Amino acid sequence: MNRKKIQVLSIPYVIWIIGFTVIPLLFVFAKAVTSPQGAFTAGNLIAIFDPVHRKALFLSIELAFISSILCILISYPVALILRSSKIRNKKIILFVMILPMWMNFILRILAIQMLISKNGLINHFLSLLGLGKISIINTEAAIIIGMVYDYLPYMLLPVLNCVLAIPDDIIEASKDLGANRFTVLTKILIPLSLSGIGSGITMVFVPSMTEFVIANILGGGKIMLLGNVIEQEFSVTMNWNLGSGLSVTLMIFVLLTTLISGRTVSETDKGFVI
Amino acid sequence: MSKKLIELKNISKSFGSTLVLDELNLYIRENEFVTLLGPSGCGKTTILRIIGGFETPDVGSVFFDGEDITKLPPNQRQLNTVFQKYALFSHMTVADNIAFGLRIKKKSSSYIEEKIKYALDLVNLPGYENRMPDSLSGGQQQRIAIARAIVNEPKVLLLDEPLGALDLKLRQEMQYELIRLKNELGITFIYVTHDQEEALTMSDTIVVMNQGYIQQIGTPESIYNEPTNAFVADFIGESNIIDGIMLKDRLVQIGGVSFECVDTGFGINEPVDVVIRPEDVELKDPEGGMTTGTVTSIIFKGVHYEIQVESAIGINFMVQTTQNFPIGCHVGISVIPDNFQIMHKPQSEDEEIMSAEDYSAGNAV
Repeated sequence: MNRKKIQVLSIPYVIWIIGFTVIPLLFVFAKAVTSPQGAFTAGNLIAIFDPVHRKALFLSIELAFISSILCILISYPVALILRSSKIRNKKIILFVMILPMWMNFILRILAIQMLISKNGLINHFLSLLGLGKISIINTEAAIIIGMVYDYLPYMLLPVLNCVLAIPDDIIEASKDLGANRFTVLTKILIPLSLSGIGSGITMVFVPSMTEFVIANILGGGKIMLLGNVIEQEFSVTMNWNLGSGLSVTLMIFVLLTTLISGRTVSETDKGFVI
Repeated sequence: MSKKLIELKNISKSFGSTLVLDELNLYIRENEFVTLLGPSGCGKTTILRIIGGFETPDVGSVFFDGEDITKLPPNQRQLNTVFQKYALFSHMTVADNIAFGLRIKKKSSSYIEEKIKYALDLVNLPGYENRMPDSLSGGQQQRIAIARAIVNEPKVLLLDEPLGALDLKLRQEMQYELIRLKNELGITFIYVTHDQEEALTMSDTIVVMNQGYIQQIGTPESIYNEPTNAFVADFIGESNIIDGIMLKDRLVQIGGVSFECVDTGFGINEPVDVVIRPEDVELKDPEGGMTTGTVTSIIFKGVHYEIQVESAIGINFMVQTTQNFPIGCHVGISVIPDNFQIMHKPQSEDEEIMSAEDYSAGNAV
């Protein structure tokens, strides 16, 4: 294909990017630096230092961080088991594991709600067994369960791809040089799969940090993440300027995370950053 | 003779329903350069992996220095492996790759530094400490892999077709390097290859294998000059393998013509395989030969010409000579008695793949 043809073919995408990315972003930035009356102000950006907002931001970071760690702790052993298993078609196992991803996201969160609510399935069984009820619903733990359940496939896929791509002879070479299982794991397997873990963190941490639907459903509206605050500014308080200001602040944090986890990715020269 | 360092006793191994090794016996002496040679699928790599501890034999035991190590995991064995595809740790520098085994053994950092320098000098790559493996050529990577293995001062170095991925020129250079290393280090090399030239160049002892059985064990000269069966003759170098009848001691009949040879003990009128190496067939004037023939093709191979001669006795000879004989040229053919190699014909398919014991006794390593 010549240059001209490529340029012609790119027109729809350019229109898409301008119409659905650039212009909306400019609107958000414009709202963020103005007051509802239209005067220029930095107040919407500084608003993050307000104790309520700050608390929400730190909680967002904390829950996103815990979810990412839990996703790594679940994904990595799965990847190692699949790597060492003699099953021929590992893709089928993987397919089964990520199958829930194909269901509606809200539906999955509602299902979790049904399971862990006060009169939910888990408590029902516990009472049948004569054990006391547990109350996780409307806690931070409930939100973490929801986030991990929802975003696990995004960690599992890149981690598994990376772990499966490590050649057998590298592992054999390290054993040959005297490495025991622990050394193989810490000196060979984990360093060689950092790029997958980095991609996974980006893909779990970022959506977890901006999350508000899971917090709404599993947190019972009592736990405010920064995403919930922003949502309320837009839909309840109708202060779009403050909402935009907080969104821009959140974007900066997301960008920082991406850069940090992106560095691990580029260092090992594999994988990708979104 | 030096002592036996590694002994494989009665080893059998199957993968699924495929029998790869069948009751194999082999021993390797200290400071030997032993090459396991055979076509792909003959079981040579499996033997190496069993010695290295990466496979466990179904039956039989492995002895190292008199000790049974059959069940010992690879990280506890006193040997190191150089892998076919180098298997360098791509996330570590050359120095860290070489230091890997030493750090596990908790050697002091000054010792490790000294060893890295020594190993890099040994493989002719001084100053490469801080390079990443990806930035090196295939030959350099393989030399780093060798350095990484030898700094651990193993008693045995296992090499699994280490030169297979290199081009011809580099492969020849590396062959000399390996011989030099073996002489300098005085450790036992067990080398796996399907390349007969590589085996002949480097080895003290060659173990020729086919379909899980040892065919012949011997020095490069004895394997080349006195192959024990048609497989070995054909696999080691080019051969004319001809049907013949051993009329009596020192007289073999090929295509109705009798030739003098030096072999004895085959009985009277016994059908045999006769091997004549292409470089042992002499072409001369039609009058001077033992039989005559016509040149049907000639190919220039660099050092020599490869000539096909259709002989009067109905046999097509392959001849290697530095002289040029044009196509259609009428020539005399002669072979001196020493160069007829007489072998028993296999009685059946089974006998074609001979069992190990038949040879390990006769051609003691």
